[in-house]
Amino acid sequence: MSAPRLDIDRIIDDRRTRIIVCCGSGGVGKTTAAAAIGLRAAERGRQACVLTVDPARRLAQSMGLTSLDNIPRRVDGTRTESGGSLHAMMLDMKRTFDEIVEAHADPDRAAQILANPFYQSLSSSFAGTQEYMAMEKLGQLRHADEWDLIVVDTPPSRSALDFLDAPQRLGRFLDGRLIRLLTAPAKAGMAYMKVLNAGLAVVTGALTKVLGTQLLKDAQTFVTALDTMFGGFRERAEWTYRLLQAPGTAFLIVAAPEPDALREASYFVERLDEERMPLAGLVLNRVHTSPARLSAARSLAAAETLDMGDRPNGPVLPGYGDPDRPDRSISITVAALRTHAERMNLGKRERRLAEHFTSAHPAIPVAEVVAQPEDVHDLAGLRVIGEVLSQQAG
Amino acid sequence: MNPRPTRDTDWDGVRLHVVTGKGGTGKTTVAAAMALALATAGRKVLLIEVEGRQGIARLFDCPPLPYAERKVAIGLGADGAGQGGDVYALAVEPEGALLDYLDMFYNLRRTGKALTRLGVMDFASTIAPGLSDLLVTGKATEAARRRVSSRRGSPHAYHTVVMDAPPTGRIGRYLNVSAEVSDLAKVGPIRTHADTVARVIRSPQTVVHFVTTLEEMPVQETLDGIGELRELTGGAIRPGGIIINMARPAMLAGADLSAAVSGSLDVTELAVGLKAAGISDNHGLAADLMTELREHAQQVILQNRERAELATAERPLYELPMVADGIDLAGLYQLAAALRRKGAA
Ligand SMILES: Nc1ncnc2c1ncn2[C@@H]1O[C@H](COP(=O)(O)OP(=O)(O)OP(=O)(O)O)[C@@H](O)[C@H]1O
Ligand SMILES: Nc1ncnc2c1ncn2[C@@H]1O[C@H](COP(=O)(O)OP(=O)(O)O)[C@@H](O)[C@H]1O
Ligand SMILES: [Mg+2]
Ligand SMILES: [Mg+2]
Repeated sequence: MSAPRLDIDRIIDDRRTRIIVCCGSGGVGKTTAAAAIGLRAAERGRQACVLTVDPARRLAQSMGLTSLDNIPRRVDGTRTESGGSLHAMMLDMKRTFDEIVEAHADPDRAAQILANPFYQSLSSSFAGTQEYMAMEKLGQLRHADEWDLIVVDTPPSRSALDFLDAPQRLGRFLDGRLIRLLTAPAKAGMAYMKVLNAGLAVVTGALTKVLGTQLLKDAQTFVTALDTMFGGFRERAEWTYRLLQAPGTAFLIVAAPEPDALREASYFVERLDEERMPLAGLVLNRVHTSPARLSAARSLAAAETLDMGDRPNGPVLPGYGDPDRPDRSISITVAALRTHAERMNLGKRERRLAEHFTSAHPAIPVAEVVAQPEDVHDLAGLRVIGEVLSQQAG
Repeated sequence: MNPRPTRDTDWDGVRLHVVTGKGGTGKTTVAAAMALALATAGRKVLLIEVEGRQGIARLFDCPPLPYAERKVAIGLGADGAGQGGDVYALAVEPEGALLDYLDMFYNLRRTGKALTRLGVMDFASTIAPGLSDLLVTGKATEAARRRVSSRRGSPHAYHTVVMDAPPTGRIGRYLNVSAEVSDLAKVGPIRTHADTVARVIRSPQTVVHFVTTLEEMPVQETLDGIGELRELTGGAIRPGGIIINMARPAMLAGADLSAAVSGSLDVTELAVGLKAAGISDNHGLAADLMTELREHAQQVILQNRERAELATAERPLYELPMVADGIDLAGLYQLAAALRRKGAA
């Protein structure tokens, strides 16, 4: 079964496309794909902005993402003949969080929150916060309306789905019973004491015992402060969420042709469907192919024959290549045949996995990107990836 | 490779092996293989998972692990062949760890249940992830310290504990438990608990191994991770070995390798070789194979460069091959045998 082809150029050339989200499990090439698509869009005339989360060091350097100031910077070296431009930024999670607090609380309250130890722990922790802040930043960039296309890279979550869940998780948490319990004294003052039933008293007693009075007090202060700005929080999260469902958004799932990554990709397909978020297709990254028409089995057999010095067609004619090693052609041929066989086997396994995905999701367009011999670490490399991505339809 | 005069393995005396690495490099696989390798006959080893992903269950092809220690496999026998000791597994999750903690230190299991219903753990892991991390590492150190009975000199319940830990990007803060909660809790019971856990993690009984592939980002993360551990804890948390996973075999070496990379190989040399093997050079076959060989050579050079990079960390290196066709139990034993052969376990 063969999957429909994913046509990246059609997506980026369509002016109605305003947001492209690259998601998938860690290490599959989300950041690379996001940057490559942003660059290609810019060079085809879009005013593009790439929001990356954790670019490889050399890639970040080549895009000028060395200063972490949390605002998009123009990327030098982009070809601007078609009137487009490329900006890029690297997410600063803590700073983004600080900015939300500052935007939603009066200065005194904000200062109080920023200094609270719980806030400091939360805002610099990676569990969930990074996902949440990536979505927040996306909302901000879209709201600023300075770019006509934003390409977002999602955090290296343990699960590809984390970034969809993080905002709601924080919302659920702030709505939770415990929070209400902790914030109740501040809200209701003395009246609270009267309704405090015996069960709750046991719980607060236990909390005090286990956590200590100071810790409990800090938590209470933090939660109360957070509570006052929660309305704003929630509104924003919901706005961003709706943005992701809007027709101008295109999700791309990036996966490597490996069991774990494709399993995650499958979950993601289903999840996006449930959330009614528009999936454009799957980018199958780092696949191995070979134009050579020689099977793995035959290749290995031939390598073995040569290696054993058993040469059906007589001795090799000297006079080629290295004069000091007249039979070098044997050693390199053995190496080439073994390399080829390994590549064929790998490619076969990858194709099997990809077909498995496609038979479960036959309607999802797929674009394949061959594994480059080297890491993708500069604009030239990104351009190559962009070209490979868009050659699919042709 | 590693001088091992009198010791059995490079890590004798270590009771808690923490296995970290960049996501997807093989932490879970290597942690499991290490547990199999450590479980020689008569030794009981516990393999702990901390991120609630049921990776161990998937690996050993058993039903999802509950919050309880379950036997999942038999270790690798002494000389690779015979039967080894028992490998137990445990998936620690913060809620269960909280109940354990309350039970063990305060006799408060019932109240603990009430707290759980109120969403205390959700709360803790949302606003103070350091606290839930502490509970989870606390469980791992408790297992490492546990004795068969409370009698003095009673033997340890587990010979060793292997932890499939969070990825490199989080490991420093994850293990630096006492510092992580010290801003939150300067005194009080949490603080005391954190200090106990930290004592185990910072003792010579604990080492942190780094799993990496021979690619740029995982290698960089490994070096950064080792550096971060050193920086955060002043060397108190000990880096263990570096496990190079999924290394691809090099088909070329020496002069052939340099020739292939520099492009000084002649396609006719390959065509002649093919002919000698009885394969005719149709459809530009030799040229295609030459391109593949050059790309392979480039990768070999890159892999060698990453190996040299890793050597700068001055930690023992252990290399595990790419197991063809994916990992099953046989593949795990194969990796376990390799780890043992190299002195890692
Ligand atoms: N030596 C090996 N040979 C072949 N395949 C391997 C090897 N080691 C790991 N793998 C495969 O690589 C994939 C990732 O491995 P694993 O799940 O152990 O990584 P991990 O670091 O625990 O990932 P995560 O960060 O998602 O927890 C799995 O499919 C596993 O089977
Ligand atoms: N098609 C490709 N060929 C070769 N290397 C690639 C390819 N795609 C990605 N890489 C490399 O893989 C590594 C991880 O990619 P990255 O985009 O950072 O993944 P993610 O963002 O999903 O974690 C980087 O070093 C990158 O250069
Ligand atoms: Mg990334
Ligand atoms: Mg894992």
